[in-house]
Amino acid sequence: MELVCPAGTPTALKVAVEAGADAVYCGFNDETNARNFPGLNFNREELVAGINLAHRRGVKVLVAINTFPRAGAMELWHKAVDDATKAGADALILADVGLLAYAARTHPNQRLHVSVQAAAATADSIRFYVENFGVRRVVLPRVLSVPEIAAVTKESGCETEVFVFGGLCVMAEGRCSLSSYATGCSPNMQGACSPASHVNYREERGKMVSRLGEFTINSFAKGEPAGYPTLCKGRFETDHGIGYIFEDPTSLDAATMLPGLKAAGVTALKIEGRQRGRAYIESVVQSFRQALKALDAGLPIETAKLAALTEGQTTTAGAYRKTWR
Amino acid sequence: MQLTLGPVLYNWAPDVWRDFYFRIADEAPVDAVVVGEIVCSKRAPFLADHMPAVIERLASAGKQVMLGSLILVSLPRERKQMAELAAAPDALVEINDLSCLAPVMNRPHAIGPYVNVYNEATAGFFTSRGATRICLPPELPLSSIATIAAACPDVVIEAFAFGKAPLAISARCYHARVHKLSKDNCRFVCEQDPDGMAIKTLDGQGFLSVNGVQTLSHACVNLIGDIPDLVQAGVRSLRLSPQQCDMVAVAEIFRAVLDGRRDAGEAESELASLYPNAPFANGFLHAAPGANHVAAKPSAAQAH
Repeated sequence: MELVCPAGTPTALKVAVEAGADAVYCGFNDETNARNFPGLNFNREELVAGINLAHRRGVKVLVAINTFPRAGAMELWHKAVDDATKAGADALILADVGLLAYAARTHPNQRLHVSVQAAAATADSIRFYVENFGVRRVVLPRVLSVPEIAAVTKESGCETEVFVFGGLCVMAEGRCSLSSYATGCSPNMQGACSPASHVNYREERGKMVSRLGEFTINSFAKGEPAGYPTLCKGRFETDHGIGYIFEDPTSLDAATMLPGLKAAGVTALKIEGRQRGRAYIESVVQSFRQALKALDAGLPIETAKLAALTEGQTTTAGAYRKTWR
Repeated sequence: MQLTLGPVLYNWAPDVWRDFYFRIADEAPVDAVVVGEIVCSKRAPFLADHMPAVIERLASAGKQVMLGSLILVSLPRERKQMAELAAAPDALVEINDLSCLAPVMNRPHAIGPYVNVYNEATAGFFTSRGATRICLPPELPLSSIATIAAACPDVVIEAFAFGKAPLAISARCYHARVHKLSKDNCRFVCEQDPDGMAIKTLDGQGFLSVNGVQTLSHACVNLIGDIPDLVQAGVRSLRLSPQQCDMVAVAEIFRAVLDGRRDAGEAESELASLYPNAPFANGFLHAAPGANHVAAKPSAAQAH
């Protein structure tokens, strides 16, 4: 299985390449990609240099242009597709139907992948993208169990890529407006979920309260670590009590599921985290490289090192286990 | 301007569901009605017995009937349900998940608000494959709506104009999670919340509503004060999404404003007394946080 690693910056790209990535994915520093955070991503020259560096080491570069273009501003996204193709990207990762149509029409030889943001979760929807745009791979949304991934991969006949580590969307990706409801910034349109620009922390009656826009997302007692207020990982109240209604502050770790994913026919494993620093990237990529070596050699997979890197120190295999639902 | 009644999103008792649509057929001044269980495939069998009578009653009353597809399709059972939906010979199917599109491509169909149509290129793609109506995602600002409508003059472009805004869909059932049940053995606890389960912040502020696998806003979208802008943008239908209130009266108020028989400000007060459960919001339309309420421009208020 191919190991696909995040490259939020040219430095992270170099680190991921050296740590054992088979492919890295990155995006331009504007609203065309779904990790549009300040200080992240690549300008045109950096992308060309990054692709040259990766290719010298036999590593592929996948360029994510995976927001949904703003009506009346398609040129910005068209230019991103044109420039990434010209720079020699090994594949473009796209989500928008109109943009896929443009890429397939304008660059018929460019390899296209369907972004997780398209939430293509069935063989029928994958076939829609294959038949209409000739896509070669689909990044599966985190709504499927491993047996379902196996069935979808087999029936669609298309390469599949799945997330194995990092942040965990609990909603079907690309089909969530929670962030824009609270802040006006959405992953689909502006490329940012629960953006830092709308976060604030304040002390209230001895507690640290985290807020996103005008809404309280969590509240922490003294000494309790105050996590980032990602909307769907917040603590809320219903008539049935207070709790993490949508998901605990946990992150995805599917390292122990690698044998099952391999048997399911998955082509590529993806690590989330273009917003992460070099130490994190190096450690996670090395760990998964070792895990894949162990898998190929029929040895047990060592997971302790990864546990230390996860948010809040707790992890889940998410939807890969059916009981998560 | 048409009025379209969206599908009932919540788990209403089957008889209540049937009687709701019978009354809509008999009394509501709406042009089109979307029926069918689109949120959770487990609920669909309970409505199946009433479906033919509801469709018949609505069609006899002159309403255009559309059959809504599931929002998120993943199980084999769900794929089978959707194949049956698309096989109905004369039905206009509203597609809410692209996995349901292939069987209706190249014949007239509708694209629902759960398909990501954010721009004119995507709208154009679907239009060229047979879409005759597109209800745009509630998240879209007015400028996007206007650009898409201008690019697709032959398509009925619809805006989500009343009801809690659908914000997210998940594989996980939050009703089951809150009640400490598994999704497969959920005991249909969502029926306890026919207007959604209120999710409040820790300081007691209304924030979201949970409807099984779906998350909606706490605030109720209400674009009645934005009608002149929507008309100017080329919108040809307004979607009213059923909440636990008198939806016939809601439709009458929207119709009255559209016909110039009622002032928008007066209409907004009437809607507030019909549905006092939640504040109104129109932030998405104004490119602001969706929860916000942006007052109508004075010029717009004077348009009627």
